[in-house]
Order: sequence, then structure tokens, then C-alpha cells
Amino acid sequence: MSDGPAIQVTALSKTFLVPEREAGLKAALRSLFVRKHRAVKAVDAISFSVAPGEVVGFLGPNGAGKTTTLKMLSGLLYPTAGDVRVLGFVPSRRERAFLSQITLVMGQRNQLVWDLPVVDSFDLNRAIYRIPTSDFVATRDEFVELLDLRDLLQKPVRNLSLGERMKVEIAASLLHRPRVLFLDEPTIGLDVTMQRRIRAFLAEYNRRTGATVLLTSHYMADVEALCRRVIVIHHGRILYDGDLGALVGRFTASKTIGLTVEDGAADLSAFGEVIGRDGGRIMLRVPKADATRIAGRLLAAFAVTDLTIEEPPIEDAIEQVFAQEA
Amino acid sequence: MRPWADFYWTSMKTAIAGQFQYRVANYFWMIGMIAEPVIYLIVWSTVAASRGGSVGGFTPAEFAAYYIVWTLVRNMNIVFTPYGWEWRIRQGELSAMLVRPVHVLHYDVAYFAGWKVVIIVLWLPIAVILSAFFHPAFDITPLEVVVFFFAIWGAYLIRSMWQSALGAITFWTVRVSAIFELYFAAELLLSGRLVPIALLPPWAQRIADFLPFRWSFGFPIEALAGELTPEQLLTGLGIQALWIAGGIAVVSIVWRFAVRHYTAVGG
Repeated sequence: MSDGPAIQVTALSKTFLVPEREAGLKAALRSLFVRKHRAVKAVDAISFSVAPGEVVGFLGPNGAGKTTTLKMLSGLLYPTAGDVRVLGFVPSRRERAFLSQITLVMGQRNQLVWDLPVVDSFDLNRAIYRIPTSDFVATRDEFVELLDLRDLLQKPVRNLSLGERMKVEIAASLLHRPRVLFLDEPTIGLDVTMQRRIRAFLAEYNRRTGATVLLTSHYMADVEALCRRVIVIHHGRILYDGDLGALVGRFTASKTIGLTVEDGAADLSAFGEVIGRDGGRIMLRVPKADATRIAGRLLAAFAVTDLTIEEPPIEDAIEQVFAQEA
Repeated sequence: MRPWADFYWTSMKTAIAGQFQYRVANYFWMIGMIAEPVIYLIVWSTVAASRGGSVGGFTPAEFAAYYIVWTLVRNMNIVFTPYGWEWRIRQGELSAMLVRPVHVLHYDVAYFAGWKVVIIVLWLPIAVILSAFFHPAFDITPLEVVVFFFAIWGAYLIRSMWQSALGAITFWTVRVSAIFELYFAAELLLSGRLVPIALLPPWAQRIADFLPFRWSFGFPIEALAGELTPEQLLTGLGIQALWIAGGIAVVSIVWRFAVRHYTAVGG
């Protein structure tokens, strides 16, 4: 591999031709002779690069172009235009040397052998990726330790719970120690504990191997735990590429004051927008510049037992990015 | 070469372990499949009896030998069906396979080869029972046994390659059942499955010579249950090798376009 970026994307586009037909029998008959297609630009001339070892969150609503981009980066889709290099390879050529150094984890897609114990699926991956036995055993044991898989190894995959299966799925897809990980919603559908476990594992894998990670997730907790940098994509175009913390600072003009007052029913609407009440705790959205001053007024006006000033949730910042684009 | 051997052996072990878990289901499936040759056998034996003891040179005992070997050959040449490609594409299984550094066809050939080992083990008692009922006439030479061994695996590879090429049509359009049905109808008639090739009219036999079907069905049966000369046996293996090579060439070319089309439209 060259010393340059692990992932280099230049003016990358992907257009799908989608067949179109109006409703009704007449339209059905007409479509026998005249077929209409509409070009849908899923990814529109995006450019970015990712340095080796970097963990980048790829964010956007459904249909934004995240998965299409990941598929182009992993060689599953041919770009319509533009250039992609991953570890110096052109992904769409799908060379063995390239495929041996990447992994693509797509939600709960099952790559495991359904009827057999987990350990057999691991062994099959060893053969597929030509992993030397000593490396395989060391990596497998390491993952067993990190993900607490010991009790699962002899269980048939079909008998695993969703969370257990996802842990095993991720371990299986990393046994060959890929240098680039494309993770598409790796924690989707999992409970909070399991999400946390998988996040910790991915962070540890990145720390130990220096692998590059590009991650899409609808769970902001995934992004906040793993990524310092995010790329926000919408309608196939990049709206933001930079530091996660700066995203919140740049795109939100408000802060959230959380306070607990003795009179839980107190009307605080004069101080800011009440965005939530939970028991005695009230959440207020206030202009960023006025947050300290308003907090002072609240302390003076009420018997406050607890008060915090927080940045708004990352979701709010992203919503703002989309709102500005619209 | 060693990594490939390791991959094939590991995949075959996986298939053997998986299929032995379903040995009862496999057995019932095989027993269900025996109905077809038994019907052919009874019909042809009756016809032979009504014509003074033979039809086209086949006696009832020779029909019995033919159709008992048929049961193994039929099971041996079951491969990943062309219909399965649509399922793979829709389920996203194909995407998962495409990002791995092994061609999809290697998975199929390796996995089904492992399954065949289970099939052979399960078939042996069935063959014994059928022989006890129908008294086949076997006159087997060592060369026939050796040729038969290679011929059943040759048949498996011919069918794997050509059905994969056929299955690749699914990459362009998912409504391809009609094409598949036409293919399977031609195969049924011209392979030796419905009727031994020797009983077909001469013109049909000539057509069958130039199609892959008889080399993946009739030839392996005739190698063990027929009266082929050593020259015919070895020529048959040679023709099988040509069909395998041709199948690999066709499937390689078709696959290149198919996968590009698949990746161009998504999935």
C-alpha cells in the first residue's frame, strides 16, 4: 500500500436507472412497447479521503447515498463516474489482494453457516481468507476474550439470539484482520448493552490494529463513541465533513438547560422553549449566547436543586444541517 | 494449490457436517426420488416382457441395472439450481459472497461436492434394497468402476458449470423460469433420464451426442451398467472433460458481464 490515504474518493457518482410506469391496465399495456426509465442520482460527485487508522462516521437519512457509497468502496457497485482508491486498489476490479484486506458488515446479513457450531463458521473463514493457522488461533482467541464468545463457540448459529449472532458475525468478519472496515449499521436492532459491547470491541480493534473504519449508523451513540470525524451526506451530496464536536458548534444556535426545581409544575416558558419534562426535571432550549445569563436568572427565580447546561443532541445538529440544505 | 485444497476440504467438511444433521430429511428426499426410476423400470420391464423379453436389446435385468445406477447419478448431478440465483440476489446473500476473495462458483462446487459424499453413503443401502427387489444384471470390469467414479464427478461438474451459466441470466431479468423449464425439458428427453439413449430414435441420439445432457447423465450410467468398450469409456471421459472446459469458459465470460450488470444496478 502507498503511504497516502487509506480511502481516496474523487468526484464519485452513482446513477441508477429506475423503471417507471403509471398505474392501471392501460399503462401496463403501453409499457409492453415503450419502457420508461428515470435516472436517479444516488451519489453526486462526492470527494473525501480517509487517513489510515481513522474512524469516520458516515451520516445521513435513509436514501441519502450512504450504503451506495459503501458498496462502491467495497467493490460491490461500479461507479457511474469518478475515482475510488481503497488501499491503493480500484475496488470494482475486486482483486483477491483487495478483498482479503477489507470487510463489509451490512446489518444483520448472515455470513455464518446456519446449521453448524460457530467454530465451524470461523474455520471456513480461515480457509476462505487463507489465514495461517497460528494467526487464526491467536485472533480467534483474542476475539473470544474481547466479545465474551466462549460459551457460544459450540452452539449452532441457528440457536443464537440476535445479539449473540451479531457479535459472532462481527468476529467472523474480522478474523482475517482487515485493514479497512466498512460497517453499515453494525448495531441495528440490538439492545443497549449489546450495542455498547460491540462499540467497545470495534474501538479496541481499531486501537490494536490501526484499521481504518467507515461506519454508518442511525444510533448517534455509535458515532459519538467511535468517530471523531463525521461526513454528513444528503441527496447524494456531502453537506459536512469534519470534526464531530465542531458539527454541533457550527450548526446549532442553542444549548439545553436541564434543571430540577422544587415546584415541578413551574412555568418556565418565559426563559426558553420547554422541550421536555421528566418527573421534576425540566429541559429548556435557549439561545447559545444567552445560556449562562438565563441559567443565572433561573437560579435566582426558583428553588433549583440541580442545573446543567449541555450542547444539544447530535441529532439536532444534523437536523440543522439538513434544514440548511433544504 | 494448497490453499485451494484447504478451502475445498473445509467447505466439504462443512457441507458433510451440515447435511448429516439432516440425514433423515435427506433419506426421505432420496426415497422420494426413487419413485421416478422405479416407475420407468416397471414400465420398461413390462414392455420388454410383452415383446418377448427385451426392448432395444435391454432385458428387464439390464433395465434394473440401468435404473439402479440412475438413482445414484441423479443424486450426484444435483447442483445449485438456476432458480436459486434469484433468491441469492434478493436475500443479499450474493453481496456477502462477492466481497469475499473466493469466486461464488467455488463455494457452490465445494459445498455440493461435500453433500455428494453424504448422498453416496446414504445411497448404498438403497441400492442394496433395490437390487434385492429387481435383480439387476451387472457385468462390471475394473476399468468400468474407475471410469464410473470419474464420470459421476465429471457429470457433477458439467451440470454445475452449465446451470451456473444458465442461472446468470437472472442477473438481467428475474422472470426466467420459462427458459429454465425449456432447458430441463430438453435435458429430461436427451440425457438418458427418461429413457436410455439407446432407445431413442437414431436422429435424437445424434442430437444428444452434441449436447451436454447425455454426458452428465446417460454416460455415467452406461459406464457401469452398459456394455461400453474401453475406447468408448475413455472417449466418454474425454468428451466430459471438453464439456467441463467449455462450461468453465462460458460461465467465466457470462459471469464477467453478469456481475458487472449486478453491480451496476445494485442489490
